[in-house]
Amino acid sequence: MTDVIMPQMGESIAEGTVTKWHKKVGDRVERDEPLFEISTDKVDTEIPSPTSGILSEIRVGEGQTVPINTVVGVIGEKVAEARVEAPPPPSPAHPPAPPTPPPTPSATSERGHRSSPLVRRMAREQKIDLLTLSGSGQGGRVTKQDVLKHLESRATASSEAAEVPAPAPVAAATSQGRVEIAPMSAIRKSIAEHMVQSRRTSAHVTTVFEADVSRIVQARESLKGTFEKEEGVKLTYTPFLVRAVIAALKSFPALNASIEGDRILYRKDYNIGVAVSLEGGLIVPVVHHADEKSFLGLARAVSDLAERARGKKLKPEEVQGGTFTVTNPGPYGSLFGTPIINQPQVAILGVGGIHKRPVVVNDAIAVRSMVYLALSFDHRLVDGAVADQFMADVKRRLEGWDEKIL
Amino acid sequence: MTEVTYLEAIRRAMWEEMERDPRVILLGEDVGLYGGAFKVTAGFLERFGKDRIIDTPISEEGYTGVAIGASFNGLRPVVEYQFIDFIANAFNMITNFAAKSRYRWGAGVPIVMRGPAGGGVRAGPFHSQNPEMHFVHTPGIKVVAPATVADARGLLKAAIRDEDPVLYLEHKKLYRHVKASLAELESAEDVVPIGRALVRRRGEDIVVVTYSAMLYVALEAAEILAKEGIELEVIDLRSLVPLDKECVLESVRRVNKVMILHEDTRTGGMAGEIAAIVAEEAFDDLDGPIVRVTAPDTPVPYAAALEDAFIPRAEDVVRAARRLAAY
Repeated sequence: MTDVIMPQMGESIAEGTVTKWHKKVGDRVERDEPLFEISTDKVDTEIPSPTSGILSEIRVGEGQTVPINTVVGVIGEKVAEARVEAPPPPSPAHPPAPPTPPPTPSATSERGHRSSPLVRRMAREQKIDLLTLSGSGQGGRVTKQDVLKHLESRATASSEAAEVPAPAPVAAATSQGRVEIAPMSAIRKSIAEHMVQSRRTSAHVTTVFEADVSRIVQARESLKGTFEKEEGVKLTYTPFLVRAVIAALKSFPALNASIEGDRILYRKDYNIGVAVSLEGGLIVPVVHHADEKSFLGLARAVSDLAERARGKKLKPEEVQGGTFTVTNPGPYGSLFGTPIINQPQVAILGVGGIHKRPVVVNDAIAVRSMVYLALSFDHRLVDGAVADQFMADVKRRLEGWDEKIL
Repeated sequence: MTEVTYLEAIRRAMWEEMERDPRVILLGEDVGLYGGAFKVTAGFLERFGKDRIIDTPISEEGYTGVAIGASFNGLRPVVEYQFIDFIANAFNMITNFAAKSRYRWGAGVPIVMRGPAGGGVRAGPFHSQNPEMHFVHTPGIKVVAPATVADARGLLKAAIRDEDPVLYLEHKKLYRHVKASLAELESAEDVVPIGRALVRRRGEDIVVVTYSAMLYVALEAAEILAKEGIELEVIDLRSLVPLDKECVLESVRRVNKVMILHEDTRTGGMAGEIAAIVAEEAFDDLDGPIVRVTAPDTPVPYAAALEDAFIPRAEDVVRAARRLAAY
């Protein structure tokens, strides 16, 4: 076995970089045949093989820089069992052992982290996150060409699709304190994008109403057992709410609309989204043509969609086409929230928890089941008065509930 | 078609200037009777006489001093060093006297110091050197190093007409190797202004900044690399002092990668100076390290194989350019 070492190519030279191996492990090499190429401060050169044999081991891969006299490979009779492209342990053959060099990061881990002053300036000027580029330069460096290509594809992309606003600046994970860094799931990324986009698109205003839903609570309490037994559907408050919302939307079409450029699209379908929270996210399945369903049909649809949402079995069209959304943060104790509009809709109704509260009824204090209803609406299209009239209508319908549900 | 060599261009420049201006005189070892070691001044003695063509003893410091004194008395001497290596003998006269005269006394020294520089002709360590940096480093001296026939003539004429000392470095390997047609020479600039570089080849990948004989090495490498899709831009500095740094920076700002190539040895060479200027003034335009391709820090070897290894070759440029292009 013969060690192949990084030669000293000049008096003041302390290290060299292997730029190319002419042989692969297992190749036969003759004495004085070019074996590998190195690059030092002063010279780039081919290094001939010190002996004839089989290149049995490559210890220093292409692109790695090591001190002189480091064993970069081994020539023997056969291929070594384990070959590790890592700095070798100090070799007894060379008593003044060179200091172990720091491990050279692999091309992948370097990717996007190393670049030139020019590339950094271009990134600054063009607002490019260099970490999103893959580098084609030495050791994964991002080069000028990489940036130019990126700019070209970005120009093409933005001319083809409507411009997607840049994600809001996110504070970088810093080295301060203890932190666990996790990648964003696809659903989380999508939520993040939609939330920010919506805030940027609509002029959000939230109005809050309080409704006495004692009649609904009574109706549900008295019927839920039967309902579940006879229809196989769990009776929740959601169909009541959706029912009232649809009726009110018919009176106030501005709430069941969307904005497209400088036009208003009044939607004639009543496709009501119902937010369902999932582990690690939230999804809004849509009850299409909710106005055409009976109470039972609506209850069944809501229950079915929620169940399949949790089982991740929704079809794409079942989360699309919504015209108005109902979300329900109540179960966890929230009084009310200020929900973010589900684009391109113009309003979303947040339903708080239903709690018994003392209220004044006919100048007497009574215990009633009360709920806060918070409507976030897009003030570009919906005036405050309209939103409040709509909410008053919803409230009236909930409070005066008289529909037979079975 | 009449061809004019680099050497002939030097000869013509002096001849024409001597015809034009009676104040121009020549001094040097064997410039008269013998016509110069390289026959640059052949026929001059016959035409201009021994008052204007002066054979000197082997005493570089002495005849450099004579030239300076003559210039103070209204003449415009051209000093020839038989080999530019021996300018070392006149170092004190040049750096402490000629270079500082205008600063100290307001007395310009309109002399030209010229001689054959460079290697590649198997002339060994005393007849192959490139001494430019001693003088580039000394404020008060202009330094030019032409690579082409037209520049050989045009820069020498400019040097003779200049009011300050000019070191004119002619590359001996180019003397008879570089040629141009007479028509080409006649259509070229008669006087080439000192301090103006020239882009000899346009390219988008790497700028190679060079001068003198290395221009041809750069152009040869550019041909090879063009076949691989690497386009070199080649700048011929022509003047080292004053340096046309705007020309260099302009190319660097467009091309973003720079290599400096010279035949002079590495440490303290022109490449280091240009690298510093680029780093200071165009840092944000760099897409790779500033690369030097130069002779190593040794005397010029006599052995043919060693001299070949010493002087940068096209393959050295090609190899360095490939690495820089891939950086």
